[in-house]
Amino acid sequence: MTTTPAKDTAHAAAALALGDDALVLSHRLGEWAGHAPVLEEEVALANIALDLLGQARVLLSMVGDEDELAYLREERAFRNLQLVEQPNGDFAHTIARQLFFSAHQYLLYGELAAGNGPFAPLAGKAVKETAYHRDHAEQWTLRLGDGTDESHARMQRAVDALWRHTGEMFQPVEGLDVDWIGLETVWLEWVSEVLRRATLTVPEGPRTGAWTAGAGRQGLHTEPFGRMLAEMQHLHRSHPGATW
Amino acid sequence: MATAAARDTAGSQAYDAPAGAGDTAGYERAFDAAVAADERIEPRDWMPDAYRATLVRQIAQHAHSEIIGMQPEANWITRAPSLRRKAILMAKVQDEAGHGLYLYSAAETLGTSRDELLDKLHSGRQKYSSIFNYPTLTWADVGAIGWLVDGAAITNQVPLCRCSYGPYARAMVRICKEESFHQRQGYELLLALSKGTPEQHAMAQDAVDRWWWPSLMMFGPPDDESQHSAQSMAWKIKRHSNDELRQRFVDICVPQAESLGLTLPDPDLKWNEERGQHDFGAIDWSEFWDVLKGNGPCNEQRLTRRRQAHEEGAWVREAAAAHAAKHTNSETGAARA
Ligand SMILES: [Fe+2]
Ligand SMILES: [Fe+2]
Repeated sequence: MTTTPAKDTAHAAAALALGDDALVLSHRLGEWAGHAPVLEEEVALANIALDLLGQARVLLSMVGDEDELAYLREERAFRNLQLVEQPNGDFAHTIARQLFFSAHQYLLYGELAAGNGPFAPLAGKAVKETAYHRDHAEQWTLRLGDGTDESHARMQRAVDALWRHTGEMFQPVEGLDVDWIGLETVWLEWVSEVLRRATLTVPEGPRTGAWTAGAGRQGLHTEPFGRMLAEMQHLHRSHPGATW
Repeated sequence: MATAAARDTAGSQAYDAPAGAGDTAGYERAFDAAVAADERIEPRDWMPDAYRATLVRQIAQHAHSEIIGMQPEANWITRAPSLRRKAILMAKVQDEAGHGLYLYSAAETLGTSRDELLDKLHSGRQKYSSIFNYPTLTWADVGAIGWLVDGAAITNQVPLCRCSYGPYARAMVRICKEESFHQRQGYELLLALSKGTPEQHAMAQDAVDRWWWPSLMMFGPPDDESQHSAQSMAWKIKRHSNDELRQRFVDICVPQAESLGLTLPDPDLKWNEERGQHDFGAIDWSEFWDVLKGNGPCNEQRLTRRRQAHEEGAWVREAAAAHAAKHTNSETGAARA
């Protein structure tokens, strides 16, 4: 993958938004290490986390030094979606988060890969990874939704809880030439179809919080995010200027 | 995902008991001859019960060590100080999960399911390597584990690539390649710290001070106290004695510690011209037995965490099994209709 410095500020802002999404979700998935419900999922979740971390490193390097950006920014300077910073919860919550995000990322990268903007090379590679992430989440949504009574209830709760963070994914991002409304329509159709096949109900509630539409992209995050950053940044910040 | 039931069936089909007792002597001669000729024993071949039991015990302990060993390193994934190091560490912990998978599969070829072995781990009836009962207190411990613990594992495991049991030997070939990668990455991590700020250097030295002796204990008790060694050597499950391997490891580590600019915490460590090997100080075997009995700094924590992950995942595994059953039934139904 080529790392071209973002030439203008709009592209830099977009690279930061997409890079932060990948960085933060990768971190959350990394928290599963040693806790997964079955050994095969230790491998699968780590795979996805590693793909996302790889994407994050390319995107952040388009903006500046990847480590400075990851470790030395304050919470309000992060541009990721609130969806990806949500705590792992139980396995159903993690899968619902993956389903919503990877379906969105698959469509977005698909569109960016087809264009000839600065993100096309990255998106062309990443869309293949994301296809696997989306498939992984879809398969688990079907298993959990249409599994046991307990798994069905847990999966429905997870889908309901995260639903209000899904609208933010389609707020236009400056620097990305994308048909956001079209993207949202396709996303909603696809996700609804998966939920239906999983015998789950498509939530009726709003897809954005009362005052939080697009908030993550403006640096407004949820409470758990500050703790996540405190853990992630602590060691790096304890040794200013050190190399690792 | 394979269901437990599917795995059990596969396992029990893998070995059929030999015919009447009259034939056993003949089978045994063939087995002994194959081992003597350095041929591989394969799952469908006849083998003595004790050989099978020894292999299951050893492979299970090895598999358990891989998955318990994920914990001390996973402890640092969320705090890794650079994105490059974070990616390396995540990939390493993932490799260890993969090693667990290969090894549980190797044990299944002997007729023992993964569920059965996990049960024995969770109930304390089977062990894992005691090294993982030590804590990872600083980032440098990640490097020390890679360099010393993966390094000791390689010294132990390279000879296992020639183990008489085919599936185990083949699993070890794959695993050893990845372990040597881990060892080099651990070394490189420590080198960066050793050449870094004084604080980083001190962190690296402290980690090596804490991990050196426990890594030497990874080779097991001295030869004259080792219960299983002689028979395992005769069966070519084991190829070298504990003390031979330990000596080999010390001789490998000494020059590496020098190039790292770190010292090994043993005042008696010195080159013995006559033997062409290093002499080293006495190992505190009382600590070894104490940790093995459950009194290490993290025994309770590691096992509790493992049980907890397993119990919390039960509903997920049940859902997968229920879904698979429904899916198969409805497909069968459709085919009939
Ligand atoms: Fe391993
Ligand atoms: Fe390893």
